[in-house]
Amino acid sequence: MRSLFRFIRQMGFGFLASFLVVYGSMSWAASSKENTLSISSAFEFTSLDPSKNGYIYTRMQLLETLLDVNSKGQLVPALASKWKVSEDAKSWRFTLRDKVHFHDGSLMDANAVVKSLTIAKQKHGALRKAPIESIQAIDSKTVEVRLTKPYLLLGAILAHYSNAILAPASYGKKGDVLALSGTGPYQLSLYAPPHKLVVEKNSAYWGKKASIPYVSYLTGHRAESRVMQARSGQADIVFGLAPAALPLLKKLPSLTLYSNSIPRTIALKVNSGHPFLNDVRARQALSLAINRTGIAKSILRIPDSEAEQLLPPSMTDWYLPTISKEPMPLESAQALLASLGWKKNADGVLERDGKTFDLTLITYADRPELTTVATALQAQWNAIGVRTKVNVTNSSAIPMGHQDGSLEVALMARNYGFIANPLGVILSDFGANGGDWGAMNWHNKTMSTLLGSLEHTTDPKKYHQLAQQAAQLIYQQRPMIPVSYYVQQTAVNNRVKGFHFDPFERSFFLNDLEFKSP
Amino acid sequence: MKQLIFRRLLQLVCVVWGVGTLTFVLMRALPGDMAYRIAASRYGQDNVDSQAAALVRNELQLDLPPWLAYWHWLMDLLQFKLGHSLVSGEPVIDSVQHMLGHSLLLAVAGLCLSALIAVPLGLFSAWRGNPLDSVLMGLSSMVRAMPVFVLGVLLLLVFALHWNWFPVAGFGTAMHLVLPALTLAISFAAISNRVVRDSAKQVFGSSFYTFSQVKGLSKWRTFQRHGIRNIALPVVAFLGIQLVSMIEGIVMIESLFSWPGIGHGLAHAIFARDIPVIQGAALAMGALFVLLNTLVDIVCHWIDPRGGMPV
Repeated sequence: MRSLFRFIRQMGFGFLASFLVVYGSMSWAASSKENTLSISSAFEFTSLDPSKNGYIYTRMQLLETLLDVNSKGQLVPALASKWKVSEDAKSWRFTLRDKVHFHDGSLMDANAVVKSLTIAKQKHGALRKAPIESIQAIDSKTVEVRLTKPYLLLGAILAHYSNAILAPASYGKKGDVLALSGTGPYQLSLYAPPHKLVVEKNSAYWGKKASIPYVSYLTGHRAESRVMQARSGQADIVFGLAPAALPLLKKLPSLTLYSNSIPRTIALKVNSGHPFLNDVRARQALSLAINRTGIAKSILRIPDSEAEQLLPPSMTDWYLPTISKEPMPLESAQALLASLGWKKNADGVLERDGKTFDLTLITYADRPELTTVATALQAQWNAIGVRTKVNVTNSSAIPMGHQDGSLEVALMARNYGFIANPLGVILSDFGANGGDWGAMNWHNKTMSTLLGSLEHTTDPKKYHQLAQQAAQLIYQQRPMIPVSYYVQQTAVNNRVKGFHFDPFERSFFLNDLEFKSP
Repeated sequence: MKQLIFRRLLQLVCVVWGVGTLTFVLMRALPGDMAYRIAASRYGQDNVDSQAAALVRNELQLDLPPWLAYWHWLMDLLQFKLGHSLVSGEPVIDSVQHMLGHSLLLAVAGLCLSALIAVPLGLFSAWRGNPLDSVLMGLSSMVRAMPVFVLGVLLLLVFALHWNWFPVAGFGTAMHLVLPALTLAISFAAISNRVVRDSAKQVFGSSFYTFSQVKGLSKWRTFQRHGIRNIALPVVAFLGIQLVSMIEGIVMIESLFSWPGIGHGLAHAIFARDIPVIQGAALAMGALFVLLNTLVDIVCHWIDPRGGMPV
């Protein structure tokens, strides 16, 4: 009975508290329109844990990692001022920056770093998959990571948001994150998941101190709502604008628009073991039948974003500069299919041995453009006689379909900059057994050998040569069919100066921003 | 009164058990692997893979037979434990408090505003009759036929963009409440003004109402003495019941205005297969339904005590 009363009391007080929170002046009352930069983006956050929502906290510059990544994807010092890899590449030593304090006032030392990384390793993320033997503090300023085998990706993995360094007091007994005490130029002021986050500047920051006192982040689920926030001036920076809204926003004198390429590609994952798709000619035909220019121009409204290759031109090692477009793609596609024995029946559908060429294409609505692109592909493939059924589901259906073998074709947006070095994603997508988000039932010994060599190659010239060979193989064999590259559209209010975009989407560079004097 | 409270408490227990069980069964019956769904919501679309799903499956013991999982849930419920969100790991009671608190605030504000719009309009329609009645009814049908999302965007264009009076989205101040509450109110008033109008028309045309005027009471006095109570009865019953459907049916408004309510939260929890949050929210709404029903019955009894205390 006592529990019942406690439950009722809790619920009652909870509702009352919620009402008061809304009506009363909140804890961030010190922030106002004048001293607060407001950001609107589509991403929600539900947890303090960096392994889950760390991408929001590193972008808001609450959390930092041992190493950082510059706009070219190269590793640069962050909380570690320098690092050294042993000759056998099995040991990495990081020297920590001096006099760095967490937001709770405690000193960032080797023990704190070891604790953060050890906890991160137990959770889902890239560090868990790394061949780590031990992570230990050599002295108060040095951390050593020992590996079971050479692993050159470690630096890029340590720069990933899931491996952000938190104060030891931030963790609970089981490694759960109870507070967000990082080392960034901003510290947490208000946390109201899943929509609102307010951060205030950290005056004791070790690097370039922020100029804007407060920054608020608001999740704007609907693209229309985000556009209106930009138009009304309610939000100073709005990410993820719908291309359809750009012509209107360009006319506004109060806004500056930025279009930045990001290493994310809309691509088709193909089940290369499917009886209709196990011949490379069938995959090439499907690729040739795609009108990429039309999709880029009319659906995505980003001319020149069409993708013939999986990785974008910014990833020079993996981009083939000599690829040219097929002059008669539809005719070539039909010829390839005819060479496989497919003939159109009375309904205009390809038929072979009494079986019609039917495919199910799955995609997800988290990124609304995918569903529209999927229906365009459906129409374009129907034109060559491939009858396609589009199934809009949850993104998790793709790895699930890969594992249980039920997947035929999937349309997705793959982030090749998820780990700063694209080799990380390529390894997981095109390794020996393919990958949940990569090749499926595609086994290629040359590719395995190339990837094996790339893992250990330190010489940039040799690395480039091997990466080009791997890219050529992916292009020819088409275990994945690229459609278009992503461009991030951002509106910035003219009262803000110093905006620049991080192509790896790790940071909003808030400490570089200032308000223009009126 | 004691009997009423006892019966309603019993009803509450049945509703809580029924809603919880139904939610449990329906969620388990949905196609797709729960572990993958939860992992996608936890780690994001870029970071979900079979390893994440295996980790989630192991951590949350998703391989347990359904009957055992149901038994655990039932035992927890008997101890008034709603558990933790499978996605965020936060206690469900905190999430439900946060979401339901905001939804209640929005729904109550919307309901009050809608009453301010619907009651005068409904009475005016019934009092003046045609052609005004037909025009107002046509207008309310038009508003009702308009998706609430379109209505919200129109209000945003006028009040947030053109006049810049209110913020476009967010929460935390009274100003943030105005546009979502007004959107909800206009949409809701388009139905409730019909209820008021029908009820008023019935009362205005009744013999007791005519008789009170014949015996010499002024129009205002007649309305005060014999109109208000009789008109209010069906209106109060309608508004009370509609409050719950308002709370659960405002997903689009919450999404458009970035309002952290239960409709939006519940939709996300369903996509993520976050069963404890779905059950917690459904339980809270079920309980609210019983509570509001009881309140409506008591208010109706106070307005018209002739039928005796409801049980």
